[in-house]
Amino acid sequence: MDAILEFAWLLIRIVLYTLLPLILLVAYYTYAERRVIGAMQARIGPNRIGPWGLFQPFADVIKLLLKEIILPKEANRYLFLIAPILSIAPAFAVWAVVPVGEGMVWADLNAGVIYILALSSMGVYGIILAGWASNSKYALLGAMRSAAQVVSYEIAMGFSLLGVLVLAGSLNLQEIVNAQAGGMLDWYWLPLLPMFAIYIIAGLAETNRAPFDMAEGESEIVAGFHVEYAGAAFAVFFLAEYANMILISALTAIFFFGGWLSPFEGWAFLGDSWLRQSSVFWFMGKLAFFMFNFLWIRATFPRYRYDQVMRLGWKVFIPITMVWVLVAAMFVFNGIVVRGA
Amino acid sequence: MPIQEIFFYLFSVIMVTAATLVISVRNPVYSILFLILTFFSAAALWIMLEAEFLGIVLVLVYVGAVMVLFLFVIMMLNINQSRVNEGFVKNLPLGIGVALVMLAEVLMVLWYKSQTGTDTYPLPVPHEQGYSNTAEIGERLFTAYLWPFEIAGIVLLVAIVAAIALSLRHREGVKTQSIPLQVSTEKRDRLEVIDMPVEHVENN
Repeated sequence: MDAILEFAWLLIRIVLYTLLPLILLVAYYTYAERRVIGAMQARIGPNRIGPWGLFQPFADVIKLLLKEIILPKEANRYLFLIAPILSIAPAFAVWAVVPVGEGMVWADLNAGVIYILALSSMGVYGIILAGWASNSKYALLGAMRSAAQVVSYEIAMGFSLLGVLVLAGSLNLQEIVNAQAGGMLDWYWLPLLPMFAIYIIAGLAETNRAPFDMAEGESEIVAGFHVEYAGAAFAVFFLAEYANMILISALTAIFFFGGWLSPFEGWAFLGDSWLRQSSVFWFMGKLAFFMFNFLWIRATFPRYRYDQVMRLGWKVFIPITMVWVLVAAMFVFNGIVVRGA
Repeated sequence: MPIQEIFFYLFSVIMVTAATLVISVRNPVYSILFLILTFFSAAALWIMLEAEFLGIVLVLVYVGAVMVLFLFVIMMLNINQSRVNEGFVKNLPLGIGVALVMLAEVLMVLWYKSQTGTDTYPLPVPHEQGYSNTAEIGERLFTAYLWPFEIAGIVLLVAIVAAIALSLRHREGVKTQSIPLQVSTEKRDRLEVIDMPVEHVENN
C-alpha cells in the first residue's frame, strides 16, 4: 500500500514540477513567438485578450479543445489517433534525464545522453504515421520529407554530441555540466565551436522548424503531415513541436553552455555576489536565450530547398563533425582541455 | 511476488504477443509497429538485467533508425497483400523445417538443463549503486575485444561502400543541378541592368 501511495505521490510531483511548467511554457512560447516575430516584422501581434494579449494562449487552447476532431473517411482511424500521442510522449519522456539545476533531475542516468538520442529519435514515428494514416498526398509527402530529414540530421546531432562526450568523459548529463565548471570560457561552446553551430542548426532540422520546415512547407504541401488534423489532435502535434524546441534549447544549454553554471564563476573581483553562484536561474536564462534563437532564426531566414537540406546534412555537417571529434580528441590528448574538469 | 518478477512477466508477455502479431496481422504497417513494440519490450528486459546501455542502444539503433527506414519503404511500396499471401503454401515446407530445427534446439537446451540442474546457473548478483555498465562495455571493447571491434567496423564500412557502389550508376542525358555552382552564383551572372529610353505611351 505504501509503495502505491509513494508511486502516486511521485506521479503528482512529476506533473507539478515538470509537465505543468512545461505545458505553460509551451503556451507562452507560442505567444512569445507571435509577439517577437510580430515585432521583428513591424507588426503588433496578438494584443486583444487580456493585458498585452497575455491570455491569448488560453483562448487558443479553449478554441482548439472545443473544435471537432475530424476523422477523414478513408483514414486509418487507429493510427490517425495514435500518431499525435506518439509524437508528444517522447517529447515529454526525455525530460526525465534533463537536469535543470544541481541534483534537480528525475533520473540521474549514467547513459543519459544515449537515452536522449534514443527517445528523440522516436518522435519521427508520430509524423510518419500521421502522414500515412491520413491517406492524403500532401500528408504523405510531408511525412516522407520529415522522416528522411530527421534520420539524416540525427547523425550530425549524434556526432556533435560525441565531441561533448570526448571532452566530458561521461554520458551522465550532470557530470557533463560539472565538467564545464570555471566560467564561460570553460564551457564547451569554445573548444567545440563548429559542433555547437551544427548542433543548433541540426536542432532546427530535428524539430522541423524554419528554415528546415520541409515537413510543413505551407507554400508547397499545404501543411504537410498534419493537414488532415483538426481540434485537439492538431493541438497535440503543436504541443509536441514546441515541447521539442524547448527541449533542444535546454540540451544546447546543458551540453555547450554549462547548464546551471554561472558564466562569471572564475571572476574573483565580483566578490561573493549572486552573479558567481550557480543556480537554476542561469539555466532558465540560457534556456530563454536559445528559445528566442529559434524565433529569431524563423523570422530571419527563408525556407531551404529540399535537396539542399539533405546535402547540407550529409555532405557538410557529418564530415565537419567527424573531423572535429578527432580535433576534440587531440585537445584532450595534448591537455589543452582537461577531460572531465 | 517481487516487483521485478511482475515487470519481467509483463514485458515478456507483451514481447511474445507483439512478436506473434508481427507475423499474423494483415497490414504490413501494423507488422512494423508490433516489431517496434517487440524491440521496446526487449530493451526493457535488458535494462532490468542492468544492461541499460545495450537496452537504450537497441531502441536508438533499431527503433530510431532501422524501423523508420522499414516503415518508409513499406509506405512507399504500397504492398499488395494478396500477392504476399500467394507464397505462403509454396514456402510452407521450408518454414516448417526451420521451425522444427529451432524447436529441437530449444528442447536440447531444456534437456541439458534438466540433466545438469538449474542450480548450475546462479542468479546474477545485482551490482552496487555506483556501477557503470557503459564504462565497463567501453573498457572491454577497447582492450580485450579491440580487434574484433575494429574488424566489425571495417566490415560495416566495406558493406556501406559496396552498397553505394552497386546503386551508383551514371546515366546519359540526365540533367542534374550542381549545388556549388548554384550557391556561388552572383548577381551579375543572373541579372542584367539595361539602359533603356523611356517609352511614352499616349493616353486616350
